[in-house]
Amino acid sequence: MNKISLIIKREYLTRIRKRSFIIMSVLGPLIFAAYVLIPMYFASLEDKEEKRVVVIDNSGLFTQQGPDGPAFIIPETETLKFQVVEGIPIETFKETFEESGYYALLFIPANILASESSLIYSTKQTSVEISEYLRRSMETEIEDLKLAQHEIEGIDKILAQVETTIKVRNIKWTKDGKTQESNTAVVMGLGYLSGMLIFFFIFFFGSQVMRGVIEEKVSRIIEVIVSSVKPYQLMMGKIIGVGLTGLTQFLIWMILSAFLVTGLKAAFFPELNQTPTEQVVASDLFDQDAGTQHPDTQSPELLANEDMDTAQEIFASLKSINAGVMIGSFLFYFIFGYLLYAAMFAVIGSAVDNETDTQQLIFPVILPLILGIYVMISAINNPDNALSFWFSMIPFTSPVVMMVRIPFGVPWWQMALSGSLLVATFLGMTWVAAKVYRTGILMYGKKASYKEIWKWLRYSS
Amino acid sequence: MTLIRASEVVKDFSGHRALNHVSMEVPEGSIYGLLGPNGAGKTTLLRIINQITAPDQGSIHFAGRPISPEHRHMIGYLPEERGLYQKMKVGEQALYLAQLKGLSRQEATKRLHTWFRKFEIEAWWNKKVEELSKGMAQKIQFITTVLHEPKLLIFDEPFSGFDPINVNLLKHEILQMKKNGATIIFSTHNMASVEELCDHITLVNESEVVLQGEISEIRERYRANKYQLSFSGKEEKLAEGLDPRFELLGVEENGMGRKATIQIKSGSESSGDLIRNLLDLVEIKEFREILPGMNDIFIQVVQDTQKKEGRE
Repeated sequence: MNKISLIIKREYLTRIRKRSFIIMSVLGPLIFAAYVLIPMYFASLEDKEEKRVVVIDNSGLFTQQGPDGPAFIIPETETLKFQVVEGIPIETFKETFEESGYYALLFIPANILASESSLIYSTKQTSVEISEYLRRSMETEIEDLKLAQHEIEGIDKILAQVETTIKVRNIKWTKDGKTQESNTAVVMGLGYLSGMLIFFFIFFFGSQVMRGVIEEKVSRIIEVIVSSVKPYQLMMGKIIGVGLTGLTQFLIWMILSAFLVTGLKAAFFPELNQTPTEQVVASDLFDQDAGTQHPDTQSPELLANEDMDTAQEIFASLKSINAGVMIGSFLFYFIFGYLLYAAMFAVIGSAVDNETDTQQLIFPVILPLILGIYVMISAINNPDNALSFWFSMIPFTSPVVMMVRIPFGVPWWQMALSGSLLVATFLGMTWVAAKVYRTGILMYGKKASYKEIWKWLRYSS
Repeated sequence: MTLIRASEVVKDFSGHRALNHVSMEVPEGSIYGLLGPNGAGKTTLLRIINQITAPDQGSIHFAGRPISPEHRHMIGYLPEERGLYQKMKVGEQALYLAQLKGLSRQEATKRLHTWFRKFEIEAWWNKKVEELSKGMAQKIQFITTVLHEPKLLIFDEPFSGFDPINVNLLKHEILQMKKNGATIIFSTHNMASVEELCDHITLVNESEVVLQGEISEIRERYRANKYQLSFSGKEEKLAEGLDPRFELLGVEENGMGRKATIQIKSGSESSGDLIRNLLDLVEIKEFREILPGMNDIFIQVVQDTQKKEGRE
């Protein structure tokens, strides 16, 4: 059997059999699912408790005489109930408010039209949601009143006619004369997620490579191994083996997360299940033959499609991203970004005798990665400016930055340039790393520094 | 036939020359001692033979051909600083190392079980290395070094860390391998084991070869014409009656009797002349030449070269 594949096999098998790998594989999706579901759960909790608010309306503007005495004209909600009282001064409530069981007291002064303010009294902090609801309702009410004062004929009809909501849909003209619809938020989110995933993958599994090299050095097995295989084979075997471990873990996470999220959603939030339209679009999404671009449509036809709801819009824009290009480039930057950085992490591992010494050496290596994250965040808003362009070309940042540009569409020559630069740098870095590595692994008790590493690089062999 | 020929090997490390034109010939089927004080360059030379590092100048030939990666399978190397993957199970790890040396999995499994039976360590197969004592781990490492039955075995301080019983076990195995045709290079400070095992030696000091040859020949070369005599009779008679050509260096007495050390001062006299002289003086119980131990030679040569350096 080929030696490099023996090494890959060992690195892979010992890692996936580790207890920590199994724990992480199970916990990862749980954490991910919790991350998605807990906010949903809390949102659904949202106070089912009924809250009664006493209203003292000195202006009289908000009170109507109903069959059961005075009634507040702002509509009650499921949890928010109003009780209008008349002729009772505020002070009487003050003493006994806590025991009365009321949630709050809304005081509307007589001069509200002029003062444009009202007061909410309560013994606890009033929720923002409730005070916002009251504010908005009163605002609308007073605006209506003021309008009514102008005594315009048919004002209600006019208002109903005037009311408008505008939706802005982004349609992109591509060079080949087609149109694409994109929801910027979705596109951003997808790019951001891919970039972040690549960053974490590089960082997490890159340091595993480093730790693996240190382990071999510290346990002193290294000299036996390099008498059987070339240091280059050992280094590449380790990098590939750890990378495969990462991909496996990633795959497990994806599959488990999908199961968990769907399973838990179905169990706890049946109402959140997919609507038929979503299902149709989703199945469409997986059907690559359906094409990823709209056929050249006449604009009026597009505009005619007025009822397109948000869900449809999101899936339409997901479709507008060329899924093949997206997945392909994600895998490309994911793998080569990792390979490039893993070689550097291997060098650091070979240069030190123990893990604590790595700190100072790691910093210059991860600096471009962190820089990449910052540029990525800015590139989400300006995917085509000079900063985004250059950082998506520089191989040390391109895996992170390019991923947020791709959903917006990147000219093929830029993709090709960025990709070839990355591959070329990876090859060069591996060559350099192998040179330093084979010297470093046999050095003990040297002060780890970049000066020393530079010296090793210049050794003949 | 020469299995390993090192010719004029030079290796430099940033401003420090680790090996300075070192040449060495290891005859096939011999046990070859590579000796020298710490830092003399032994490990560097062994690493060059193992192709872990390459020489700056000079060359290594294996069985007459320049050494190349395909020779890796024919060499077994036990480095001085040894170790195993701590978290890996013994059997699995031994299999892995054997496969890296080119054995098939089946063959390696078969041979490992034979060795494990021989060393009575079959129960360790599924233990993690970190659960073993240092001596136990060393045994595993020894097995993995020799498992692929290489033509050339290189042991760097093989006996350190072993108890005397296991040292004997190992010596027995090493001699057995020699009998089966293996060539063994053996780096050590332990001169007793050198005398016991080695046929040839090279002594390096400060990156250079200072002594080289067959052990018997070297000991002959360093003989000091000293003899030990066990006797009964009067010590005074011995001291007074000894011819001026011979010098009585001292007499010790222990439970077994008295022992005198005598030196023949001039090279032209033989041991026979001494015996003839002694016959008249005391009753000889035992008479033998004191040949220098490798330990003495080692110390003497190393000190001599250092003195020479000092003078220069």
